[in-house]
Amino acid sequence: MNRLSFVAAIINASLLASQARAALQVVTTTEDLASITREVGGDKVKVESLSRGYQDPHFVEAKPSFVIKLHSADLLIVVGRELEIGWLPPLVTQARNAKVQPGGVGYLDASLHAKILDIPTGQLTRAMGDVHPQGNPHYWLDPDNGRRIADDVAKKLAALDAVNGAYYVERQAAFDKKLAEAGQRWDAMMAPYKGLKIVTYHRSWPNFTDRFGLDVIGYVEPRPGIPPTPGHTLDLIKEMKAKNVKIILVEPYFDLKTPNSIARETGAKVLVLPPSVGGEKGIDDYVELFDHDMERLVAAIKEAAAK
Amino acid sequence: MRATVRLVLFLVYLNLPWIPVAGAQTPTPTPEATAPPAPVSAPAGPGGKMFNPDIAVIGDFLAAAGRNDTAFASPSLEMHETEASFQAVVDPYARADFFLAFSNEEVGVEEGFITFTSLPASLLLKVGKMRGAFGKVNAMHNHVLPWTDRPQVVQNLLGGEEGISDAGVSLSHLFPLRLVYLEATGEVYRGESELFHAPRRGDLSYVGRLRAYRDLTESTNLDLGGSYASGHNDVGFTTQLFGFDATFRYRPLRRAIYRRAIARTELIWSRRQDSGETIRAFGGYASLEYQLARRWFVGIRADRSERADDPSLVDEGGSVLLTFWPSEFSQIRGQYRHLKYGEGETADEVLFQLLFSIGAHGAHAF
Repeated sequence: MNRLSFVAAIINASLLASQARAALQVVTTTEDLASITREVGGDKVKVESLSRGYQDPHFVEAKPSFVIKLHSADLLIVVGRELEIGWLPPLVTQARNAKVQPGGVGYLDASLHAKILDIPTGQLTRAMGDVHPQGNPHYWLDPDNGRRIADDVAKKLAALDAVNGAYYVERQAAFDKKLAEAGQRWDAMMAPYKGLKIVTYHRSWPNFTDRFGLDVIGYVEPRPGIPPTPGHTLDLIKEMKAKNVKIILVEPYFDLKTPNSIARETGAKVLVLPPSVGGEKGIDDYVELFDHDMERLVAAIKEAAAK
Repeated sequence: MRATVRLVLFLVYLNLPWIPVAGAQTPTPTPEATAPPAPVSAPAGPGGKMFNPDIAVIGDFLAAAGRNDTAFASPSLEMHETEASFQAVVDPYARADFFLAFSNEEVGVEEGFITFTSLPASLLLKVGKMRGAFGKVNAMHNHVLPWTDRPQVVQNLLGGEEGISDAGVSLSHLFPLRLVYLEATGEVYRGESELFHAPRRGDLSYVGRLRAYRDLTESTNLDLGGSYASGHNDVGFTTQLFGFDATFRYRPLRRAIYRRAIARTELIWSRRQDSGETIRAFGGYASLEYQLARRWFVGIRADRSERADDPSLVDEGGSVLLTFWPSEFSQIRGQYRHLKYGEGETADEVLFQLLFSIGAHGAHAF
């Protein structure tokens, strides 16, 4: 009898525990996806990102501590387009969680309905550097893609947690409205600089520059993933001088030595711009990311023009 | 005419991305204030090879110069190994990984196994031919080693390059803890590898491993493991191995592509039974790998190991290494190795390695 009541107590406790854990456990690969998921999921979800915003998302280490997070996740949201190919697959395999396996009920590729640029056509070889055969994975840098991602996330959350379906739809609509309005504000901020020529370090910004009308004339990397070479740097300096390029955008995880020396030669300004939420202190959500980046970009353009 | 229509319909059915299908390309949406922009259906990838596994080939070219008069000397120039990998998801419950190794004289399945990813009770099951989960180096393929060779203790006590690599079943359990990654693995093998021998069906070999891992800070972590292996040796008795490994890693997240350090040691105790007596031998290595710049790495390793069948013979030495990465897909490495063999001979060698890979982008080893 005693033993029986002990067993009953354990079953009871575990039932209570599973009820207490009612919030959906969501793991995202980047902080941008985590922020969008928080906007949509509100207090019905618990969201954690594997990578940090100041980290190069191509080169995250496949730490076993991530396996622990994936093990208990109800939903895994990935950027996709092979951004995480160098580190995520073995983690998912070891997660011992059927839900988050590719194709599982708790697996969401956020890129499926986004506008993807740089999808290669024709023959593809590694002579082009570390190209992504499924297109450029930095697509979250267009706020319209943020809205598309939020839409997909809301649908997925509602599918997994039908009881709160209306809640997710409502929050997604509010976030969508907020982003659409902010998008108009950002468009207005950048309107005077349409067609401005810039250089970026890596090919991380095509969706951003496409959306806001900037013209990227070259990259500090000679090819994606290949570190700067003296020959390429000289060519770039020549081209920047010829085209009067005054802005070099650099992601926070790249070395500034080469960009700085290019800037010295050309009189351009090096602007370290975080491409992700959490890339710098104070950038805590998706809207703040654009607010911050726009402000810094406009200030840098004005400063470069005044020089 | 009808054939053309049928062909087009067929191609549309295949949904090949290079066939322009009306409506497949959605123009840039104009944002509306209330509804999200229309979803864009970008092609998911090269449709024609959708169900092909990820295929890659890695070449491992070695060269050696300097003095080594022992039987252990490696050739001057050698296409040491060509590894072809085929990896894909099998079905909603499993994935499969095949690694075929082509060396100088033979072709073999280095590994070929299925992994069941959807089991209950935090279990992961692998079935097939695998490198056993004994310590760190045994499970590594040549191209992920931080050296051009394998440490002397691996040569002396663990069966060398092949090591414990056998047909069998591996079951591992992840303990559901928040603060530490704790994984227990149990493996049963046929018992036929470089190290173990199984003339009879019942001569199985066993490997067990307990691994504990914890992040110390966001840039540093500690990885500890204890391993056990047992099987029948070449003289018909039992060999037991006990292993301990510790790895400390440092990689600052903001500078992850420029800087990292990995310090590692593995210690192995061998208990080899041989007609009534038990021969005890011990060996180990300690190594440090440090990344100087985006493409440059230096390394150092100290080796010391007794021989499994005669612990009075001790091989000891050390290596220094320099590695350059032209890109993520090739690697050039030089290693200076000094070794004093148990018989008294010394070898001073410079070893070169050129690794190059084509095909699918594999995940990086951790």
